[in-house]
Amino acid sequence: MSITMTLATTARILRQLRHDRRTIAMILVIPTLLLTLLRYLFDSDPRVFDRIGLIMLGVFPMVIMFLLTSVAMLRERTSGTLERLLTTPIHKLDILLGYGLAFAVISAVQAAVVSTLAYWLLGLDTRGSQWLVGVIAIGNAILGMALGLFVSAFARSEFQAVQFMPAVLLPQVLVCGLFVPREQMVGWLQAISDVLPMSYAVQALTEVGAHADPTGTLWRDLAIIVGAAIVALVAGAATLRRRSG
Amino acid sequence: MQTAIEIRGLVVDRGGRRVLRGLDFDVPRGTVTGLLGPSGSGKTTLMRCVVGVQKMVSGTVTVLGEPAGTASLRRRVGYLTQSPSVYPDLTVRENARYFASLYGVSPADADQTVVDVGLADAAGQLVGNLSGGQHARASLACTMLGRPELLILDEPTVGQDPVLRADLWGRFHQLADAGTTLLVSSHVMDEAGRCDRLLLMRDGDLVADDTPAGIRATTGTDDLEEAFLRLVLALEGQAV
Repeated sequence: MSITMTLATTARILRQLRHDRRTIAMILVIPTLLLTLLRYLFDSDPRVFDRIGLIMLGVFPMVIMFLLTSVAMLRERTSGTLERLLTTPIHKLDILLGYGLAFAVISAVQAAVVSTLAYWLLGLDTRGSQWLVGVIAIGNAILGMALGLFVSAFARSEFQAVQFMPAVLLPQVLVCGLFVPREQMVGWLQAISDVLPMSYAVQALTEVGAHADPTGTLWRDLAIIVGAAIVALVAGAATLRRRSG
Repeated sequence: MQTAIEIRGLVVDRGGRRVLRGLDFDVPRGTVTGLLGPSGSGKTTLMRCVVGVQKMVSGTVTVLGEPAGTASLRRRVGYLTQSPSVYPDLTVRENARYFASLYGVSPADADQTVVDVGLADAAGQLVGNLSGGQHARASLACTMLGRPELLILDEPTVGQDPVLRADLWGRFHQLADAGTTLLVSSHVMDEAGRCDRLLLMRDGDLVADDTPAGIRATTGTDDLEEAFLRLVLALEGQAV
């Protein structure tokens, strides 16, 4: 492990993105537009927007970073750059942490822009602070990134890679408590919801919405999100093989 | 220690097919050794074994005194893959500087390596916008910049114009004179004469392991293409 190599990898990924202005614009503009859409969809009852808009601030980064990482990692594999990296002195964890840091930076910028717009222009109202929402959004982005890294190992083509989004993330969106409160679900659905990390992301955001100060539940949820991200990263490291057939 | 690569009884299967059928040979240090043979003869697989990224069925591969794939060898061995493996969405310079940082090489040295492979004018261009030959040289620069003791180059001169090709071979010999060992694959026989030693491969077997002069003498022809043909025919004659 080497901090220099991790940071060099982070800088390299950010440089790649810098050459792709349209992707940067999309990272910032798409969630903004979707949130604006939601705001006017629930124009008659701003409290609904306070709940759903808030949750979306956490869901967007997870979905976007998941997609970006799974495609970026697939490109590393198919272009041979991953194999080259694994013949250099770099440690596998340097590669993964390099990705993690890069996407944390991007998601921090995204969270700052999107949540500021949500609070100032769209009138989003939460008891807790915008900063906490930002922290949870970054945690979610890192989780999405880690999951994307892991599943990219099982994709042989871009067609397969993008389909891991509906396969891995959509079920989480469905049972995370956004559509139906988790306590109203039948037992087995609740059990599934309990083991999927996005449920805790949504719960954490709901806590920020309802309480002025960070609660114990919020910190526990955040710990679960980070823990799940670490598990996914370690599983992802296991899929990076220096020697292949 | 005079041997850079020592291979004994190397057998490799890929996709259920035997690709290397029990190879034995040594590559001396400070030489340019050419690995020649038709496409599909096992050159790339053999190179992957030396780098330590290939699963093997049996046999030993010792590189610079250590088993191939040992962690400490990653600083001492440079590998150029057959298809260029650099980031198309970075400039040549950005690619070189990134890989340089992994070897602890300074940005200035990285820039110099870009000049060395003849890409001074293209340093600021995105790799994805380069011609095939330039793309390959960008990849070569990233392999050479760690100044490894052993360079494994898989078809480094494919698609290069003749002047550049001669230039690159000149550079390979400069490196060898300074003590670097190079294993260079090619499927073009006219490059064979530029090597200090030749390994001729066919169908996962070694057909010859000698100097170009030695091969010319045993086969009784000056044309290495013809020499290769005679060696193959002689072997098939034995088999019948």
